[in-house]
Amino acid sequence: MSLERIKIAPEMYEIMPPEYQDLVKNATYGNENRGWKDIGTSKELIEEHSLCAGCPESMAFRYILASLPAPEDTVMVGSTGCTSLVFPHVGIHNIHSLFGNQNAIATGLKRALTVRFPGRIKDVVVLAGDGATVDIGLDMTLQAWFRQEKFTTICFDNELYANTGGQESGLMQKGFVAKMAPVGKTFEKVRLPEIARESGCHYVVNCTVSKPNLIEKVIKNAIHIAREIGPTYLQLYTPCILEIGKNSMEGLQEMRDSEKPTERFAYREYISDQAKELLTEMAAKEKERKAEAKRQLASVKA
Amino acid sequence: MATQSSVGEKNKAGQTITDPWQMMHDAERTPCFFTGSEVIKEALRRANCDIMIAYPITPQSEAAALAGELFAEGFIGDYFRGESEFAVMSQCAGAAFGGARVFTTTAGPGTMRAMENFPMWAGARLPIQMIVTCRGINSPLSIQPDTLEISYLLNTGMLVWHAETAQDFYDWILKGYMVSEEPDVHLPLALCCDGFFVTHTKDMVSLTPADMCLPPYDPYRSPVPCMDMECPPVRMMRDPFIMKSNYISYATHASWQQEVWAAVERSRKHTVRWLDGLIEVENPGAEILLVSSGTAVSQGREAKVLLEEEGIDVGIVKIKSLRPWPGEEIREATKNAKHIIVPEFNVTGWMAREIKATIPNSERVYAGPRVCGGMTLPPEIIAADIKTLLGIKNKALAGRGS
Repeated sequence: MSLERIKIAPEMYEIMPPEYQDLVKNATYGNENRGWKDIGTSKELIEEHSLCAGCPESMAFRYILASLPAPEDTVMVGSTGCTSLVFPHVGIHNIHSLFGNQNAIATGLKRALTVRFPGRIKDVVVLAGDGATVDIGLDMTLQAWFRQEKFTTICFDNELYANTGGQESGLMQKGFVAKMAPVGKTFEKVRLPEIARESGCHYVVNCTVSKPNLIEKVIKNAIHIAREIGPTYLQLYTPCILEIGKNSMEGLQEMRDSEKPTERFAYREYISDQAKELLTEMAAKEKERKAEAKRQLASVKA
Repeated sequence: MATQSSVGEKNKAGQTITDPWQMMHDAERTPCFFTGSEVIKEALRRANCDIMIAYPITPQSEAAALAGELFAEGFIGDYFRGESEFAVMSQCAGAAFGGARVFTTTAGPGTMRAMENFPMWAGARLPIQMIVTCRGINSPLSIQPDTLEISYLLNTGMLVWHAETAQDFYDWILKGYMVSEEPDVHLPLALCCDGFFVTHTKDMVSLTPADMCLPPYDPYRSPVPCMDMECPPVRMMRDPFIMKSNYISYATHASWQQEVWAAVERSRKHTVRWLDGLIEVENPGAEILLVSSGTAVSQGREAKVLLEEEGIDVGIVKIKSLRPWPGEEIREATKNAKHIIVPEFNVTGWMAREIKATIPNSERVYAGPRVCGGMTLPPEIIAADIKTLLGIKNKALAGRGS
């Protein structure tokens, strides 16, 4: 979005809701250096949410929204599930249409924005749960990757259907007893990160959301690579504390336990050669930008 | 937000953007001998379309592939094959959410597979145009003409039109965008025809000049925000209604559904203007009226000729728009009719039910003759049923035992 569009006409200022005034004055649209450290010092793009107390998904949402490289030109696509309780509160355009069709929606959206705004950045980011991504929507998830659609897919993996009350999902661990898996899930957790790599994703990460700086890095990498090269996939463990019998203070520890080197959410990443080149270029540019800023600061002081 | 007023300018394909009314009514027409599929391509060529999404299914595959040729020639902004009709209709939705003018085609089982999308399209107020080249949806597998799928579209909140001829098809594709993109409408349009009968037969069609096209779609005339971050993001609600089981939640959903159907109603005035009425009546004074839509009307016309040779006076009512439904027009057209015959290409007779629910003294409606599963509907059958209804003895028809 042109930043101008978000501003309030002076005559209308007083009648706008305080949270919108706050969004205009104190959010970080247009700030190239935005990141998770803005949380607490600037207006977040998530107003509030109705997730359960202590839900790691709410942490993930906040880190992701704080890390989007260009929220003023980003449109997000959600799906049915706990994420759809949060999106209505988010200060960037977002679409919910059906359950599981998020990567098909994002395909049409990205192409429309490319046709309508040639030469301009318009990032599209999908954010959906594991039921939407891996079960009901798997066909559309994979086909978007096969076609090399240029957007990022983020899966909030809580290893079950949380919003409907904790039923078995494809990303659930084998043996876990849940609704619709009364004697325990009989097959292994679907290996979507590996499938993503084989399906043409240029950047794939499997991790938890315990570390905000890590989430900032992978979100920025994923979006920049999707913008320039092709599809990227992030699978983020956001445990449903309610359905795995934890209390509201235990989400963070659950993620830390699950990211140990031998555990299923130990940090894993895949970067294609083309994406590696891009990240190297971006790092060099960033280094140069910082050096230039230092030089300018020194010259001002001198 | 500024709207795009671009009449007189050139589009990317070098066509002159033309006032749509002038293009459709005043511009010189060229007669061509085309199949229905080729006619779809020619209409799309002039529609200034941003995105077309295709998927193969008989009998629309040829039209969908011809649209690809238009993309290769530079007449469409983007084009690709989706992975299924469900995905294609979601991709169309994504493109329309992003402010594009969108076109797609489907048929029979494809329509059914994609069905979950259609109320979503209407609820999200996406003015997508979908061509439905009707075919059988039953098991065992059938690809033959059958209009049963239309009945499933009638309660989706989409506009539904039923073309009889290739000429209807050509004109209505272009006019369809003008109606469905009106700010007080802004709904998807299912433009239906009878597969094979229209798509795979050649007919004379008068085309508007190929160097003229419709004005581009302006997504900022939409009654809901375009999802392109070019207008301010708004917090949609404090508590998502999905999670609430209370009166406010129900009332919100109810009022939005009512608004969608109010928009269907508001499309009536635009549809009347562009299609020159929701129905066409021929010989309105006749006591016997054949009332239907699509190629059932064509067969009715032939039956009318047969009956006239025997001195039986018959009128024709062609229903062009099914949603909005021309209830008032049908009541007026049928007020003096003693017999209302409704020939159809489907097993359930949904059209006859719609008409019965519309008019007084519905016992006047004869729900038939009907064929399905790809059978043809010979005019002789229609004529024979009318004569039987009138108590006139028929000559024996093969296989009918009469």
